[in-house]
Amino acid sequence: MWTVLSYACWGISIVLALWMLYDWFKVDTTFSEEVLTSSREGELEAVSEKHRI
Amino acid sequence: MTVTLEPAIHGDRVSLLRVLGPAHVWALGVGIVLVGEFTGWNFAADKGGALAALIVCWVVGLLYTSVAMIDSEVTSTVAAAGGQYAQAKHIVGPLMAFNVALFLVFAYTMLEVSDAILLGDTIVAKAGVEGLTHNSFIAATIVVLAWLNYRGVLMTLNVNFVITAIAYISIVILFFSVSPWTQGAVLKLNELVTPGNALPYGWIGVIAAFQFGIWYYLGIEGTTQAAEEVRSPARSLPYGTMAGMITLLIAAAMTWYVCASMMPWEYLGITYYPLWDAGKLTGSPLLENLLFVATLLAALASANGCINDAARAWFSLGRDRYLPTWFSAVHPKYRTPYRSILFLLPIALAFAFIADLNQAITFSILSGVLQYTFMSINIVMFRKKWPLGSIRRGYTHPFHPIPAVVLFCLCVVTFFAIFLGFGSQLIAMVAFYFLISLWFHFYRYRFVRRGDQFTMPWPKPQGY
Repeated sequence: MWTVLSYACWGISIVLALWMLYDWFKVDTTFSEEVLTSSREGELEAVSEKHRI
Repeated sequence: MTVTLEPAIHGDRVSLLRVLGPAHVWALGVGIVLVGEFTGWNFAADKGGALAALIVCWVVGLLYTSVAMIDSEVTSTVAAAGGQYAQAKHIVGPLMAFNVALFLVFAYTMLEVSDAILLGDTIVAKAGVEGLTHNSFIAATIVVLAWLNYRGVLMTLNVNFVITAIAYISIVILFFSVSPWTQGAVLKLNELVTPGNALPYGWIGVIAAFQFGIWYYLGIEGTTQAAEEVRSPARSLPYGTMAGMITLLIAAAMTWYVCASMMPWEYLGITYYPLWDAGKLTGSPLLENLLFVATLLAALASANGCINDAARAWFSLGRDRYLPTWFSAVHPKYRTPYRSILFLLPIALAFAFIADLNQAITFSILSGVLQYTFMSINIVMFRKKWPLGSIRRGYTHPFHPIPAVVLFCLCVVTFFAIFLGFGSQLIAMVAFYFLISLWFHFYRYRFVRRGDQFTMPWPKPQGY
């Protein structure tokens, strides 16, 4: 049973790794680099925080 | 709550998703740490005896309570992914921030590697099958958890909450199953820990035990990495972190009491599975299997949280151009730092296949203690530059600067303890950080947009 489980672990690892690589390729070819890297630190805080004590 | 997984691009921007609450923060912090109760802390007994393991449980608990309080105050104000990295950037400066981010990535990646090795070794030990190796279990642990992190932070931390809670409850069940109120029936603390063997190496043994006492709580500061994904950072982060610390103090005390009352310190100090062994020693197959499963779940929860935190620290470095901006991509559907997760995946796998458990653990602890030393200096500078009343704080920690001084002093003692056991690794690691700092200062920093990296809408610091 443990040997079968070991093979199953290899199988699951390979399938999920391939899925992530496929999804990575799909996303990078669908969206522009500007959109994907558009996240900015502290944007919400800049809107909500006024810093008036 | 329901979260849409349609591509979510607001205007021209795609950012991390704010979906987490205090329970997720608790699950992240305690999830990373709890594995330390299942293995790691007990090596303190090998260094200084069972009583030394208890002394460091409380003294290192003081260190981490200081960490949790300081972290809660600063991060409830600097609520950004990257946690201590974002704090260092705003309060100390870019070079310190770069180093702190590397401390974080090293500490969490090496802890993830250690967790995966532990999980693989535990399954192999349970199976007892000739020729069965841990490699497939290590690969599955790292890849499946990376996939989970890739697919979204909400599900990742929901899973962490459930498996951490099960592992924690197993410790409570074990504690009450051995009649903790009665000595002599199952527990034999007065026979196993006597005045003659309580501190076999004297007080220097207690100092040496600090190195492994860190394992009781290593990683609780990881809660701050969720800062950009919690719905209410000022409330959720202090609440989740402090609740996590209280939870861990209770778990650490129960774990020591049960294990030290069932195993002689000579064995306790060398076993890889103190709680699983305690389960076996009760003679109950149910408890034995429960503690076996809990050991696996604790390792999984820790690795899961570590992937989450390391990826966010790496992502933040990319976003500020401390590393190529390529790493700062956010998945438009799952809203996770997917390239950082994928980049760190093969690195973790490589270390897990080539490094041994002791090396991985030592590098993780070293990076963690470097980070705590920074935090003690950071809070003093934070209070000096922005005194109470000058900016809004979600939480204000009491007795300043006593926690900072206690934290700094205990970090110095821990460095000395690490030097006693792993002096060459300590020197190698400090040399690495020195060289990488030179690279950052003389080469990489020219690519950083200096004005863009300071994002907190704070008033000018005092004295500037």
